[in-house]
Amino acid sequence: MSRSSRKGPYVDIKLLAKVEKQKSAGTKTPLKTWSRACTVVPDFIGVTFAVHNGKSFAQVHITDNMVGHKLGEFAVTRTFRGHGGGKKEEAK
Amino acid sequence: MPRILGVDIPNNKKVPYSLAALYGIGLHRAVIICRDCGIDVDKRAFQLTEEELGKVATYIETNFVIEGNLRREVQANIARFKEIGCFRGYRHARNLPCRGQRSRTNARTRKGKKKTVANKKILRK
Repeated sequence: MSRSSRKGPYVDIKLLAKVEKQKSAGTKTPLKTWSRACTVVPDFIGVTFAVHNGKSFAQVHITDNMVGHKLGEFAVTRTFRGHGGGKKEEAK
Repeated sequence: MPRILGVDIPNNKKVPYSLAALYGIGLHRAVIICRDCGIDVDKRAFQLTEEELGKVATYIETNFVIEGNLRREVQANIARFKEIGCFRGYRHARNLPCRGQRSRTNARTRKGKKKTVANKKILRK
């Protein structure tokens, strides 16, 4: 079920504050965040985030057509190492 | 057989079911179209007059995106997901389900026919 529109998008307040602070400071270092559920709002465009994927931080540069998605959508949490390869192991 | 908006030729079914042959129009929309154009839903498609056909065509054109345009729109959305590198794009690129369904088993619509891996059981030991 989608979020009630009455509430508006979920944006992490602390993260938004961080973004604003960075914008006024003019620096461009990636903003570390664990807030994967935070919606990307237009204010985020041009900012680079380091989104936690449970293990490390994935670099995400926000462009204008990412608006409306959640930060977590851009940091994959699973690593797929492929199927098969059984023969290689046997060879060892 | 009547023609609506170029190529589509719905057959001798009742009008709503016939209209559902168009890509982008299901039963729900078809019934709405009939209601708004003042067409009896029990009428068969071949019984439609030229005037009614025109009415339906203009109604669809002004209110809905259908056929080629709709297909293009869907493709454009998928392309966007891939371009921004979001999870849905990742799943589309790999032909896996995008909406959180399990893929350990099932998901055959997306994954296609079963590919049996030989010696799977032996390797697990």
